[in-house]
Amino acid sequence: MTATTTAPSAAPEHPRPAVRPPSNRLRAWATRAPLLPALIFMVVVTQLPFVATLVISFFDWNALYPDARSFTGFANYGDVLSDPALRKSVWTTILLTVAVVLVSLVLGLALALLLDRRFKGRGVVRTLLIAPFLVVPVAAALLWKHVLYNPEYGLLNGLLHYVGGPQPDWISNTPLLAVEASLVWQWTPFMMLILLAGLQSRDQQQIEAARVDGAGDWQIFVHLTLPHLRRYLELGALLGSIYIVQNFDAVFTITSGGLGTANLPYTVYQSFYQAHENGLASAAGVLVVIGSIIIATFALRVVSSLFREEVGRA
Amino acid sequence: MSATAVRPVVTDAKPPVRTRRRAGAGLGLVAWLVGIVFFLPIAWMALTSFHSESDAATNPPSFAASLTLDGYREFFGAGGGASPWPALINSAVASIASTLFVLVLALPAAYALSIRPVKKWTDVLFFFLSTKMLPVVAGLLPIYLFAKNTDMLDNIWLLVILYTSMNLPIAVWMMQSFLAEVPVAIIEAARVDGAKLPTILVRVVAPIALPGIAATSLICFIFSWNELLFARVLTGVVAETAPVFLTGFITSQGLFLAKVCAASLVISLPVLAAGFAAQDKLVQGLSLGAVK
Repeated sequence: MTATTTAPSAAPEHPRPAVRPPSNRLRAWATRAPLLPALIFMVVVTQLPFVATLVISFFDWNALYPDARSFTGFANYGDVLSDPALRKSVWTTILLTVAVVLVSLVLGLALALLLDRRFKGRGVVRTLLIAPFLVVPVAAALLWKHVLYNPEYGLLNGLLHYVGGPQPDWISNTPLLAVEASLVWQWTPFMMLILLAGLQSRDQQQIEAARVDGAGDWQIFVHLTLPHLRRYLELGALLGSIYIVQNFDAVFTITSGGLGTANLPYTVYQSFYQAHENGLASAAGVLVVIGSIIIATFALRVVSSLFREEVGRA
Repeated sequence: MSATAVRPVVTDAKPPVRTRRRAGAGLGLVAWLVGIVFFLPIAWMALTSFHSESDAATNPPSFAASLTLDGYREFFGAGGGASPWPALINSAVASIASTLFVLVLALPAAYALSIRPVKKWTDVLFFFLSTKMLPVVAGLLPIYLFAKNTDMLDNIWLLVILYTSMNLPIAVWMMQSFLAEVPVAIIEAARVDGAKLPTILVRVVAPIALPGIAATSLICFIFSWNELLFARVLTGVVAETAPVFLTGFITSQGLFLAKVCAASLVISLPVLAAGFAAQDKLVQGLSLGAVK
């Protein structure tokens, strides 16, 4: 992917001249040493807590009754999967993630195509479009909750007032949609930026050649641009999913998980922070991880295809 | 993406026909329109932050109301509310300190993964990435219990450690791709000329990699500054960060609209400034260096 990736850096077996090997073993450790602090740190801070979560998930453990802690095997998982509220939050998480990723990807593609053309003030428009992505997530959620959605003095109803439209209470009427709209607003710029980078890396000679051969704009888009963008679309979907599956800020701020908008991260947060059900929360947490692994398996395949290209090209 | 950089300046097709040019201008107009629609909420937030509370909470909206700094005065505690300064300082400490830790850990790792790659370096890189896919909630409870038992709750340095782990994988990926851009031939040449490793790092590698390192730091800073879940669960009164401070406004009603807007803008300002300054690097970093 980097134009200038140099060959040897991507070919580990490549022997490096001009370095006298003291002894093979010592040398191997010398090359490994710079990696170790980061690796050890990551294992301790991310993997150990997860193992602990896994262990806790097999216990019946309410933090308010610490003495009543007992091993229950898979009972917590049974409870989580049979609890309608939790099952609903699984469904909410899927709906939220899929809707936000798809809509922001399509909108982002449209915007990237618009911004790929040259017009007056393109840089300014690009800056205007990026801004939503740069507002602190809690601040963005507050903005939507109070400044835009408020039924009495929000901007949405204010504008509707001018055209004599209805004055709905957005968050009460369509809570999940309200959360999704705010997230689409935040994530569309991100998708646009990735896809714009993809558009600008197209092979212009190929497009010119197609045009000379009489291909129209639409044909060029379908047969050249889309295939080229495919990887960028996948990358955007993947990164968007990773972040939106874990979304906490918008749900917490806009609806506080009410009205059927509680997603899994919010539910896990609530079941230990408010209900003090450590075992249940952990089981739910492990389920979130299993869901993420499913996404991640797909994701890593995509990223590694991007990556193979770099190695292959080098 | 393209290997040999056949990347002519922008695309615009040669305008052979006048109609094509006119269509282009029309689409430019559409782009402007969409850009303004997307920016409108932020512009409205900015305008509202300069209104008095009574002007802010009207329907229809008052565009021509007189401007005042009351919202900002209120936010900074003039009205007797809690001062945001401790939270802002905590956020700055957590973001800057964790970014520095990330650099200290990620730079050597990236060096070992690109300039003098260890065996199976791609596997190591993928391990780092996989930790990013582990949802935060999966480790939250043990971390909370650990903090509680070691008296680390409400301690900003716990957040520093967690933010370091949150950003380290991204940083390793990004820096790996930036360091890989340093041509090995130059390093070899310097070595042949008798330069020692520190000299090579400072004189050869650093100048080429510095913009990438700056971009990485920026992204780590932004993510730490924005983070809510850890901060919400693990801090309370003393170590509260700016996003946690903002959650205090979740239920506030009408009368504080200008204050809410002022608060949101002030707290977003560092990220907005940093993001505008480095738009290209931002997307490159967020896509783990995959998009150039």
